[in-house]
Amino acid sequence: MRHTLIALMEDKPGVLNRVSSLFRRRNYNIESLTVGHSETPGISRMTIVVNGDDRIVQQVARQLSKLINVTQVVDVSDKPAVIRELALIKVRAGHGARSEIMELANVFRAKVVDVGKTSLTVEITGTEEKVDSLIGLLQPFGIEELARTGRVAMVRGGNGGQAANLQP
Amino acid sequence: MRLTGAQAVWESLVREGVTTVFGISGGAVIHLYHALPDYPIHHVLMRHEQAAAHAADGYARATGRVGVCMATSGPGATNLVTGLATAYMDSSPVVAITGQVPTPIIGTDAFQEVDITGITLPITKHNYLVTDIEELPTVIKEAFYIARTGRPGPVLVDIAKDVQAAAIEYVYPDTVNLPGYRLPQEDISSPIQRAAQMLNEAQRPLIIAGHGVILAGAEDDLLALVEKANVPVATTLLGIGAIPETHPLCLGMAGMHGEAYTNQALSEADLIIALGSRFDDRLTGPPSQFVRQARLIHVDVDPAEIDKNVAVNLAVVGDLKDVLPALVPLVEEKDHTAWLARIQEWRNESAQRDILAQETDELLPQYVVRQIWHATQGNVIVVSDVGQNQMWEAQYFIHHRRRGLISSGGLGTMGFALPAAIGVQMALPHEQVWVTVGDGGFQMNIQELATVVQEKLPLKIAILNNGYLGMVRQWQQLFFEGRYSGTPLLGPDFARVAEAYGIAGLTVREKSQVVPAIAQALATDGPFLIDFRIVQEENVYPMVAPGAPVHHMIRRPVPANDVLKEDRT
Ligand SMILES: Cc1ncc(C[n+]2csc(CCOP(=O)(O)OP(=O)(O)O)c2C)c(N)n1
Ligand SMILES: [Mg+2]
Repeated sequence: MRHTLIALMEDKPGVLNRVSSLFRRRNYNIESLTVGHSETPGISRMTIVVNGDDRIVQQVARQLSKLINVTQVVDVSDKPAVIRELALIKVRAGHGARSEIMELANVFRAKVVDVGKTSLTVEITGTEEKVDSLIGLLQPFGIEELARTGRVAMVRGGNGGQAANLQP
Repeated sequence: MRLTGAQAVWESLVREGVTTVFGISGGAVIHLYHALPDYPIHHVLMRHEQAAAHAADGYARATGRVGVCMATSGPGATNLVTGLATAYMDSSPVVAITGQVPTPIIGTDAFQEVDITGITLPITKHNYLVTDIEELPTVIKEAFYIARTGRPGPVLVDIAKDVQAAAIEYVYPDTVNLPGYRLPQEDISSPIQRAAQMLNEAQRPLIIAGHGVILAGAEDDLLALVEKANVPVATTLLGIGAIPETHPLCLGMAGMHGEAYTNQALSEADLIIALGSRFDDRLTGPPSQFVRQARLIHVDVDPAEIDKNVAVNLAVVGDLKDVLPALVPLVEEKDHTAWLARIQEWRNESAQRDILAQETDELLPQYVVRQIWHATQGNVIVVSDVGQNQMWEAQYFIHHRRRGLISSGGLGTMGFALPAAIGVQMALPHEQVWVTVGDGGFQMNIQELATVVQEKLPLKIAILNNGYLGMVRQWQQLFFEGRYSGTPLLGPDFARVAEAYGIAGLTVREKSQVVPAIAQALATDGPFLIDFRIVQEENVYPMVAPGAPVHHMIRRPVPANDVLKEDRT
């Protein structure tokens, strides 16, 4: 079963290394990991997708919490959350294929962000399933390049900021 | 106060109450060593940085205070690694200070540059690289705080050489600000109540006391619980000393080389309460087969230990020093007569199989250990090494005093005992400290005999010399067709080696010489070494075969002529 964890951590040199080294050394099966700034200066926010049963995921969360630079860890798998992923897909697009690809992109509310002589680059944001299915539909045209960000997540509801949202 | 970085380090150490540092100097710590003589800190010059880390670890285990070691960059720092990993596995509060190449050349593969914070990431509780002198006092403060609080552990502080030379207006912070470092603070009254209820309902309860009891200083609280509810206590190797082994409710060590009756009790208990023990595989065997008949309660200060190795029915996350006093009043007085009688039966049977119950003129290691106990009445601190000798010590020395056994459990580091004992003796100059060690492990840090002499430490050293890497040889004998590959071990004449260092030494080849030799060691003021040439192929029994559940024990065959002698007199 896949779980989504959100971890907040100090934005200091080496912290990302501490987290990834922990995953490697404890042999956790991490599917994706994204990291960027949070609303608090000096604090980064990481979304981690981990594969495993509840006990493993709990272990991951607890071991992460033990890192001195990690300030908070929450498993949002069972919470109503907005979970999104972004992908850039460069598709081979000869004359005949172009309009068909653009139509598909439209249906998925994806954007064509670059048009080349023989290719189109499509940007899509959505759930992983949505991204997967667009990729599936574009595959027959020939995907030349693909960049996916992995999940980012946020618990739904607004009672004033992250701390409240992230109550474990 | 204007201080250099080097002075700021020592000033901070003094404020942390440090009086002793174990280390070896070098180019990247030369500023630190230059500043040292101005501070009231005794530097113990070790002969290898691994030994410095073990000594700091031994110092910490003996006292509960943070042990400090120091090394230069590059090879000095890498030499610390085994010692830090040892301290990490056994949750020992150590602060290691290393020098790093100057900030401008970090990352250039400079002379003696090594990424020691990267290397020690998985074997320290936390570590720091200091490249800005303004951070230095805060980092030292945090390092000590992290090392000693919660579940203790080693913290490494790597300080660039230019930072040591720079100057600051020194202010030592009063408090730490570590938003990501949380000590258990949840309300645990309801799991404690539940634990009491489970214990009150249990017919055959048993406590496993681990190192956490000692680290928490909760020995008295454990005793209060045990005596009120009449619960027998098994210990882990590192839990030895959590309850006096002379106590009638103490069953001694459980696990791979635990007493058979202890493991038997484990396998028949209906409730097991693990206190500050992490269910190491040497205790449990395969986790899936560990005491499936019993309900399990786990009390630990580290939430990440809960359900890690063995899934439990109830967890109490907290400091034993808080949990036990809250638990005791909720626990009913019980006598558990039937349960204790049953354990006593197994215990009697174990005593009959005891090798010391057999008449023999052979020089047995078990006899040596027991005679050291006899001669000292156990009023000493034993620092044991790793291998068969470690198990014989654990089995045959009767530890009644707190922190009376210091040993490398989690990492099982050969070579630990001698340098760790140096740390212990430095911390407790008025205690008598014994080293029990194999011929293999002793040769791994034998150079520290020089430190013993330089510091005038009256260590008593007992080598259980079997001419083998004995524990491995035992496995080869039992599970690998008796093929002694890479285990026969040539050693020097240890007594003469000792003499060369200026330490009195003796070689003992006959059983009859054991008692006089120990007496001579005790009568000697300074250090003393005895090389006991024990039966070479003696095994540690009982033994749980690797992969087997704990009650499947390989036992020593019952002797044909049942000559029994008084045990534990
Ligand atoms: C540093 C290190 N290397 C290797 C081992 C593996 N090992 C465990 S016990 C043992 C044999 C120890 O021999 P010795 O010190 O003579 O003790 P004995 O078992 O003979 O009492 C070995 C090699 C270890 N535990 N530590
Ligand atoms: Mg040996």
